[in-house]
Amino acid sequence: MSQRTEQQASAGCRLVRLAETDRSGVTIFHGGKALDALAGDTLLTALLCNGVALRRNEFDGGLRSGFCNMGACQDCWVLLEDGSRIRACTTEVWDGMRVRAPDANE
Amino acid sequence: MNDDTPRVLIVGAGPAGTRAAEALVAHGVAPIVVDEGARSGGQIYRRPPAGFTRPAAALYGFEARKAQAVHATLDGLRERIDYRPNTLIWNIEGGVAQALGPDGIERIRFDALILATGAMDRVIPFPGWTLPGVFTMGGSQVALKAQGCAIGDPVVFMGTGPLLYLVAYQYVHAGARVAAVLDTSHLSQAIPVFPGLLWGGRTFAKGLWYMTWLRAAGIPVRGGITPVAAEGQSALEAVRYRDRRGREHRIACTGLGIGYSVKSEVQLAELAGCEMAFDPLAQQWLPQADVDGRAIEGSVYLAGDGAGVAGADAAEVRGRLAALALLADKDIATDRASQARLRAKLRRIMRFRNALERALPVPFHLARTLPDETVICRCEAITAGDIREGRALAPAEMNRAKAFTRVGMGRCQGRVCGPAAAQILAAARGCAVEDVGRLRGQAPVKPLSIRAGAEAAVEDRSRAASI
Repeated sequence: MSQRTEQQASAGCRLVRLAETDRSGVTIFHGGKALDALAGDTLLTALLCNGVALRRNEFDGGLRSGFCNMGACQDCWVLLEDGSRIRACTTEVWDGMRVRAPDANE
Repeated sequence: MNDDTPRVLIVGAGPAGTRAAEALVAHGVAPIVVDEGARSGGQIYRRPPAGFTRPAAALYGFEARKAQAVHATLDGLRERIDYRPNTLIWNIEGGVAQALGPDGIERIRFDALILATGAMDRVIPFPGWTLPGVFTMGGSQVALKAQGCAIGDPVVFMGTGPLLYLVAYQYVHAGARVAAVLDTSHLSQAIPVFPGLLWGGRTFAKGLWYMTWLRAAGIPVRGGITPVAAEGQSALEAVRYRDRRGREHRIACTGLGIGYSVKSEVQLAELAGCEMAFDPLAQQWLPQADVDGRAIEGSVYLAGDGAGVAGADAAEVRGRLAALALLADKDIATDRASQARLRAKLRRIMRFRNALERALPVPFHLARTLPDETVICRCEAITAGDIREGRALAPAEMNRAKAFTRVGMGRCQGRVCGPAAAQILAAARGCAVEDVGRLRGQAPVKPLSIRAGAEAAVEDRSRAASI
């Protein structure tokens, strides 16, 4: 494993890029903070590669970061800044996408 | 196309839906094919987004040629069929499917329906399984196949079924660190059913090959284990398990893939009016159909893993068979000899699948003895104790339990928690799992925005008013 990967892991990263890294870069915003992503990333991939949890469960308050990754379990719905809800595992990022952070309202 | 050509709707564009569409087109019937995915192939032959460059051999391994053939078939049909990707069918009622696609809601009228809805991982919850970093086995594979990512570093895979060794192999092959492969089954259990496994010699050999390859690569592979817990503060840090002798072990990891083979996605079949029956091997209620997938003659046909799990090769055969059955029922001439060949092929595959399911038994009993505080419904954080206790017990029936505890009421509609909840309720009542019934399928089968739901309701009302 490369040193870069080790650093990512220690920064709380959940997903680790192994291939297909030559895609063009896009910038998304999470809680107002700019994050690097790649064109073709799902929002789940983009956030988790940056070590950011997707959401908090409304019932037990625990952080969640998806589970089935194929649109079945519905555990990765996130709120965009414009108020719309999207399923992170089945939505590709776009440049300038603005996502609310899980604890934005607390 | 003339006026009496039936209007056929196929739901799903994996191997089953693709082959069904191909067979229909070959007989002059151009179906509507609706698929939730952005690109055809289904989950098993899922394609990465545009711009990804890894070759098919890297993505699908031994199955690369089959995957490419399925992709090429649907791509080749696109000019002749009404293909609608990125579209969810969320209800089926009286010859109409309600769809939600990129352009919003739509009602799709059909004369006949082929459901090729596929499968998802079968999950048995355990303490800590909701932590960030824990994914299904299929989800772990999607991360790699469709996004070029590993779910963590290092990763542990735990569960049983054909995907366990395949996904672990694919991860190691792609350069991920895999700390262990933990199998609740044990190969010695495979020996009594070995003659059956020989029917699918190549498939079984591949499974053994992956396992041997992993061991040779120095990956710890443990059989006969029992999951104990996933641990971590706000995200996964380690997994604990008990070995065959009952000794507990802890392995540090930031990614954990879990799964116990896959289970059928049956909600739409139920809404379409299919008869449901309990399958003791899958411990799941499945829509009923004849050998060709004919569920309701002239109107509803089932193909692929959505009608009972049999794998991708069987799905291609079942897609063709369902299309041929539909055509025959609509008095369109088909080739009986090719139908007979397909049936024979399917029988051979099913003999193997049956043996495989018995060789790698799903440890359903693990759900029954989970600690009370274990979360079962991850949508609404309902615990094993909630299901066992109080009012939920008085009516030992899943829909009553849902009403009292809300288990199966959340966003996933019981897809993930339903099987485990039924095991827990049955164990608490001391009755058989089939005796607690099944969570009834409800529309919408997946979440809709309030706005989309309201638009559908308004459209329904104005339609009613105009009649």
